[in-house]
Amino acid sequence: MSDKRPAWLSRLASWDAAVIVITVLVLLIASGVVENFGSSRNFTFLLLDLLPIALIALPMTFVIVTGEIDLSVASTLGLTSAVMGDLWNRGLPIETIIPLCLVLGAVLGALNGFFVTVLKLPSLAVTIGTLALYRGLAFVVLGDGAVADFPRAYTSWVTGTIGDGPIPNMLIPLVVLAVVFGLVLHATPIGRSVFAAGASEQAARFAGIRVARLKFWLYVVSGLVAGLAGVLWTLRYSSARADNGLGMELAVVAAVLLGGVSIFGGKGTLPGVLAGVVLLATLQNALRLQDVSNEALNIVTGVLLIISVLLPNVVIRFRAALRRRATT
Amino acid sequence: MSATKVVVPTTTSRSVSRKFSLGGLFKAREAGIVLALIALVAFTATQNSRFLSAQSIRDILLGTAILAVLAVGQATVMITRNIDLSVGSVLGLSAFAVGSLLQANQGMPVIVALVVGVAVGAACGVVNGVLVRFGQVPALVVTLGTLYAFRGAAYFWAGGEQINADELPGHFLKFGNSSILGIPWLVLIVVIVLVAAGIVLRNYRAGRELYAMGSSPQAAELAGIKVGRNTIAAFLVSGALAGVAGVLFAARFGTIDAAAGNGYELNVVAAAVVGGVAVFGGSGTVWGAGLGALLLTVIGSSLAVLDINQFWQQAIVGALILLAIGADRVVAVRVAKSLKKRDSHV
Repeated sequence: MSDKRPAWLSRLASWDAAVIVITVLVLLIASGVVENFGSSRNFTFLLLDLLPIALIALPMTFVIVTGEIDLSVASTLGLTSAVMGDLWNRGLPIETIIPLCLVLGAVLGALNGFFVTVLKLPSLAVTIGTLALYRGLAFVVLGDGAVADFPRAYTSWVTGTIGDGPIPNMLIPLVVLAVVFGLVLHATPIGRSVFAAGASEQAARFAGIRVARLKFWLYVVSGLVAGLAGVLWTLRYSSARADNGLGMELAVVAAVLLGGVSIFGGKGTLPGVLAGVVLLATLQNALRLQDVSNEALNIVTGVLLIISVLLPNVVIRFRAALRRRATT
Repeated sequence: MSATKVVVPTTTSRSVSRKFSLGGLFKAREAGIVLALIALVAFTATQNSRFLSAQSIRDILLGTAILAVLAVGQATVMITRNIDLSVGSVLGLSAFAVGSLLQANQGMPVIVALVVGVAVGAACGVVNGVLVRFGQVPALVVTLGTLYAFRGAAYFWAGGEQINADELPGHFLKFGNSSILGIPWLVLIVVIVLVAAGIVLRNYRAGRELYAMGSSPQAAELAGIKVGRNTIAAFLVSGALAGVAGVLFAARFGTIDAAAGNGYELNVVAAAVVGGVAVFGGSGTVWGAGLGALLLTVIGSSLAVLDINQFWQQAIVGALILLAIGADRVVAVRVAKSLKKRDSHV
């Protein structure tokens, strides 16, 4: 881990722009080359598939920009889903269950925030711990069974599309949230504080930003959104299971970093992140249509992730070498 | 405990006493795990005396073996302030490579299988190390990427195929379950790995340099330590040990597919962290990591013996990680305080 921050950060400013361009290109090429990719049915599925990742990536962007990380999100999703199934089994009305699940997500996030900001423990270790803890509790709550009989009105809305077109209903909450998160990050003092805290925590504190309090609330929001994703996931598949979203934290982090957010904090844009999510989902969807297995697709995710963090550095070095040659 | 040598490099007369008290604090960390282990084993044994039977102990040690080998590699990397999340995938790749080689060459000796596993693992480790070193990218991101990539490679290669025990040569499967002088081969290999890594990290220059890098990368660089080369070496060790673990996996279970070792990284990091290896480098021992692996395995067996829902295991692992890093934090704060006090008085 090096501290050559300034150069590597300035380079990333254009990386997210590049990701957006690449994403558009991949979308165009895929719809031209891959059979069935352009069909409206596939389009609906593509959007439904990327939805939970996109949702969780929104607060994750904030968390990573402050220089922290939250690996427990997928477990929060799983625990929320398990509790939702358990409460439904106990006969609670769904209108009570959903708010309870959102509160649960926020509480789980607050626990992360407590460990990171009050006890001042490293967020990587804390959230690896809660990743195991929350997933374990999900299995304790629901075992390896599944609860399936959620009310039709809810499940069909979640899987349905707007006016029978190709656009899923679920895109509405995603777009609303994305706009809210984007505005907060890029156009409010809160967003400036997030960037400042990530660029230099000490400097941010001296500038009067309450960094610990800020981070605590970011974890709460991260948990809350993961809880929401858990509810939506459960309704979409009409199946509450303890292993829902297993391993998804890696896909979320991969998408966020692919979108140009620096793992060192202080840099990144929300449009870049959304492009990263779409790019990842598009590539996987297109290759899946070509009969590449889901697991083999991991190569794509992994290599893309490495390239996205490696390329900016390579370009810097290349430019530095060119400049040196030019001056001599 | 040995990390204090790096934390306190001065050799004034004062530092002798300082070394002792600091050493005591760090030792308490591993002593804590041993105590927890003893308490857990004692309690479980009172509930069910068969828990301490030779067969049960043997099962626990065999169960610990793979996790402990991985944890030693993880500790080596974590001491340098890096992390290797790809170990589970490397294990899978190595296990499948060895499995398919044995499937094709039934006469292949076990030692050759081990060498192949180590080679596959070391190659993966070098990829990680080189990307971290020359890419100037944090290990967390690189190994997150290779976690996916190596696993994907295993799937591409295996293509849904599974190698079953009856396709593997008998002598190889026997190696997974047989003993020499009453000690299972797998356990013997773990002990050798532990002792070798423990001695090198504690007493040899190469090992001490890793602690120095983890304590302060900049200071290590200024002190003339070849940080880049050592980083690659640490990842190579972790990869090679994950390769060994792959061979042990193949020998013990006999059934190998591309998903072998899926999700192991969590338990491995947990074992190291619970064993007192600091996530931000510079302290911890492979003994601690080995003990951490043993503790996690014993917890699993105890739950089964005590007839507690197995689903609690993962939750307990998570709680233990939080407890361990919390305890480390308390120790670190105390050490910092006591150092400050001493410096201000003398």
